[in-house]
Amino acid sequence: MSAEITLLEAVSQGLRDEMRADPRVFLIGEDLGRYGGAFRVTAGFLDEFGPERVVDTPISESGFAGAAIGAAMMGLRPVVEFQFIDFMANAFDMIVNFAGTNRYRWGQAVPVVFRGPSGGRVSGSAFHSANPEAFYHRAPGLKIVYPATVEDAYGLIRAAIRDPNPVLFFEHKYLYRRIKGTLPAGLETVPIGRARVARAGRDATVVTWAAMVHVALEAAERLAAEGIELEIVDLRTIKPMDEETVLASVARTNRALVISEEPYSGSVAGDVAARIAEKAFWHLDAPLVRVTCLDTPVPYSPPLEDAYLPNADKLIARVRELLAS
Amino acid sequence: MTSGPLGPLDPGPAPSTAGRLAETALGREQQLELHRWLRLNRLVEDRLTNLYRQGKVVGGLYSSRGQEAISVGSAYALGPHDVIGPLIRNLGALLVRGVAPREVFTQYMARGTSPTGGKDCNLHFGDLGRGLVSPISMLGALVPVMAGVAFAARYEKKDYVALTYIGDGGTSTGDFHEGMNLAAVLEVPLVVIAEHNGYAYSTPTSRQMKIRDLAQRAAAYGIPARIVDGNDVLAVYEATRRAVAAARGGAGPQMIEVKTFRMKGHAEHDDAGYVPRELLEAWRARDPIERFERHLTATGLATAAELEAATAEIQRALDVEVDAALAAPMPPPERAAEGVYEPGPEAPR
Repeated sequence: MSAEITLLEAVSQGLRDEMRADPRVFLIGEDLGRYGGAFRVTAGFLDEFGPERVVDTPISESGFAGAAIGAAMMGLRPVVEFQFIDFMANAFDMIVNFAGTNRYRWGQAVPVVFRGPSGGRVSGSAFHSANPEAFYHRAPGLKIVYPATVEDAYGLIRAAIRDPNPVLFFEHKYLYRRIKGTLPAGLETVPIGRARVARAGRDATVVTWAAMVHVALEAAERLAAEGIELEIVDLRTIKPMDEETVLASVARTNRALVISEEPYSGSVAGDVAARIAEKAFWHLDAPLVRVTCLDTPVPYSPPLEDAYLPNADKLIARVRELLAS
Repeated sequence: MTSGPLGPLDPGPAPSTAGRLAETALGREQQLELHRWLRLNRLVEDRLTNLYRQGKVVGGLYSSRGQEAISVGSAYALGPHDVIGPLIRNLGALLVRGVAPREVFTQYMARGTSPTGGKDCNLHFGDLGRGLVSPISMLGALVPVMAGVAFAARYEKKDYVALTYIGDGGTSTGDFHEGMNLAAVLEVPLVVIAEHNGYAYSTPTSRQMKIRDLAQRAAAYGIPARIVDGNDVLAVYEATRRAVAAARGGAGPQMIEVKTFRMKGHAEHDDAGYVPRELLEAWRARDPIERFERHLTATGLATAAELEAATAEIQRALDVEVDAALAAPMPPPERAAEGVYEPGPEAPR
């Protein structure tokens, strides 16, 4: 058993190991080199890999995302860092219109990873707290990965780099240093497109991902004291979605909740709910439930952000309603 | 070029010696080859116009009439391993890179055997085997992407350069700025041909920017830029050859502004009624193909009869290409769902 590391260290180690294994892999983004990245994910990389593989750029999200696309088409394996995932919006055209459509339109693969710190509960306010997965979920040609554990963060970043398609890789900054774990000996990759059952239970299925996995686990522990057993499905990959694991769980528990850290309207949670309603309706003993953020920008002040975000109390209240129905 | 009574788009006085073009070291055979590409470019588009009027073209048709010397002259200056990112008016560059006319015809007619199999339209296709990157419709996007192509060349210590095109309107985009600045800072071997053709759809350059020359934009990035007569294929060729050599030699990105004029509307449906007729007349006298033909005959490199024969041969070849494209099937509907992802390692169950 190796030493315990944080989720941030898992991402960092995954990047480092993949760069050591494959000379085509390079990093591009802002302040990656000498500074080591805003969250220090790439600390030490410049010394080990040099400036041609750890490329600092001007403040040009669309520019460096586009350059990564060009380099990927020519056979390199770029990993783009957005200093905060919110700024991925500045490269929306490159990611959605260029990278996402390329393989379909003219057959040319674009093996590029777009990654960065996402998520709230850090008083980052509207532009340093986003979970933008829903914006990209409906864009054809992209894959979206969002790990909740150390093992998945390490294995999925390596899988994302090896994937021949554009992969969006989100790293929840609240989990960066709070989630710790160990890596199984010999682990290289965790497959993209596979959910996992994070906790088995008979009474209701909670489908979730990223930071909300830990909220759901907390709620499940508290409810277990009352004899209520939640099953928690961690999607790990948003797109392509592992419907099979979700639907199989719902078929076992006959009740479903989706909890996610995103505004209610147009959310990935809505898509998960629709798939369950469409494909497992006759397994449901009660209407499914969504627990999401408010339909507002992410507010700054802690009492406001607490009101905005889902938490274990809110989930438990909805579970009680569901089980009573 | 100086500003005349017609404003900044005025081509200026006609050349004192009609047909006198830039100095070049290109020999007779190469110049005749350039002539064939120019004529092919125009004749392919003439055929496309006919197909459009017959209702065979699906969607819009975009013409490079009057701008052929830019695509042909620049692409002709490239080496076999260089990579280009053309836009929809750069048909000539595709032809020089080996794209067959029937590929263009089948693209425009959305046939199943087209380069994209019916997935995308007009010149939106690429083939890295021939050094071609497909554009997207969002102008400016190719500048950062081709900067990345150029970055890959240096990363892998290969000596290819990347070349792309942008219009006057496209230089107003954020991506143009980000791509140029990034290319300059990273010092990658990128050549950008900025086609100043007077209009972005219906918007004249005077409503696009408060500067006269697109080359002024390059100065802001520390990128060397030259201004060239875009209706002189030899001038475009020579300027591109020098820029490509500089980029290949490690001098970083280069830009060439080519002054030209868009002789048709934005697309075939657009009658360009917003373009002053006298401006079109002034530029028609500078038609790049007729000028080059006058040059070839005046310098004794070819007779008018030889040029006519070459044109007739292209027409015969195009008859075959058009017939083949018209006979090509439409794509099978089930193809619509295919090809979104590149197959990769599958998740084991």
